[in-house]
Amino acid sequence: MDRSALPDLVCPAGSLPALKAAVDNGADAVYLGYKNDTNARNFAGLNFDPKTMADGVRYAHGKGCEVLMAINTFPQPGRVADWRAAVDGAVDLGVDAIILADVGLLDYARNRYPNQRLHLSVQGSATSYEAINFAHREFGVLRAVLPRVLTLAQVEHVIRNTPVEIEVFGFGSLCVMNEGRCWLSSYATGESPNTVGACSPAKYVKWDKRPATPGKPGQMDTRLNGILIDRFADNEPAGYPTLCKGRFEVEGETYYALEEPTSLNVLEILPEIIRIGVKAIKVEGRQRSPAYVTQVTRTLRAALDAFANESERYHVKPTWQAELAKVSEGNQATLGAYNRPWR
Amino acid sequence: MSLMANQGFTIPKFQLPGFVARIGEKLPQWPHAVALTTALNAAAKLGVLPEDSLMQMEGKTFVVQVYDTGGQAAFTYRGAFFRPLFAVPEAPDLAFRANLSAFLQVATRQEDPDTLFFNRELSVEGDTELGLIVKNMLDAIDLTQIRPQLPKLPFQLPLGHR
Repeated sequence: MDRSALPDLVCPAGSLPALKAAVDNGADAVYLGYKNDTNARNFAGLNFDPKTMADGVRYAHGKGCEVLMAINTFPQPGRVADWRAAVDGAVDLGVDAIILADVGLLDYARNRYPNQRLHLSVQGSATSYEAINFAHREFGVLRAVLPRVLTLAQVEHVIRNTPVEIEVFGFGSLCVMNEGRCWLSSYATGESPNTVGACSPAKYVKWDKRPATPGKPGQMDTRLNGILIDRFADNEPAGYPTLCKGRFEVEGETYYALEEPTSLNVLEILPEIIRIGVKAIKVEGRQRSPAYVTQVTRTLRAALDAFANESERYHVKPTWQAELAKVSEGNQATLGAYNRPWR
Repeated sequence: MSLMANQGFTIPKFQLPGFVARIGEKLPQWPHAVALTTALNAAAKLGVLPEDSLMQMEGKTFVVQVYDTGGQAAFTYRGAFFRPLFAVPEAPDLAFRANLSAFLQVATRQEDPDTLFFNRELSVEGDTELGLIVKNMLDAIDLTQIRPQLPKLPFQLPLGHR
């Protein structure tokens, strides 16, 4: 198979070294965001200031890698200008596409910069071809990132009914919610990914560790704004401190009632993803370090190239799975909704 | 990017024998803090630590504890300098604790701190936001930028790649 027919590998960059790691290890595109709440990975100390952003764009373009700018939170009352300024900045930088979620901002970008390529963010929460075609018709959106809630058959159904390119998640921490419609964390903190750009803002997160004492094993509590959301025994794999991945008491049983800490990994169904016509595969994890970006980009690049070379004989190599399992949340991976038997 | 991973050298996960920590705990701890703050101040002087992150560290106390060497370093950041603390605070604003191999794997960008945290090999206690600031500040250091400015050493460190 011709390599140019492969889906693009879109990798996360939360810092300049992570961007370079993605570019050097075979990403076709990197996505990044400003150091503020205009993007959905607004974590303390993460992301790019204008100077590093320019350096990053120059580095990526110099090596033939596209740059996608995520401006995918929702403008807050009285501060619409901040989000518009982010769009203006992205255009000035010459990014290849801007990833937007809010219809007002899509409208602004479309009218102000009609030649700028626009993508619909996963936070835009378009799960049907009608929603995607609306974004295409009204705002000229050329690609949409699908929330991780559709089965593979549903993804194919969308692709067959839209002219818009479809991007899906291929690896990374799993979100079980319909992205862009999740308000779960606001119950604990009053803040949500759409408004402040983080599921569990770090200022509300507390890890309480109690060392083992004779006769009593050690444990670590995870609290979000004081609310206990999980408790781990020593050496038990942990996950991110989000409510959706907490353990709760439901009818007398305490367990992961919504979702276990786990990562999505599509290597097993990569041939199917390519066959149905997915245009780009996205790796989650702008909050992760350059080491993660190196490991995941390298592995997915190897898998995609193996498919291009071997097509029918493609098989998942144990070394790929081992490399990805190691960096997975909670040390486990899943195909998520893609292979869900029910609809 | 990675300091060593591309040179075929990887740091395995290991744990030093128990006697090392038992001896290490009895040794003075301040040299660790002096060494660490010297290195951090050198990095700050090179301008590779983002100013906005440093500002948020002002007046905060930090402890880095290496379980299997029995060593720990306590320091603070005040008035544009990292300064060693000669008494380890009971409740520092932020504490990183791990075995030596985990710290080496993070320092050489061989492993991702989140991975080590998920695997319970790295413990982060205290102010979580401050922890993120420090983690992201260290992640953002572009080693290819500082390599030419490092002092010449009498032996070749496996720095850089390609």
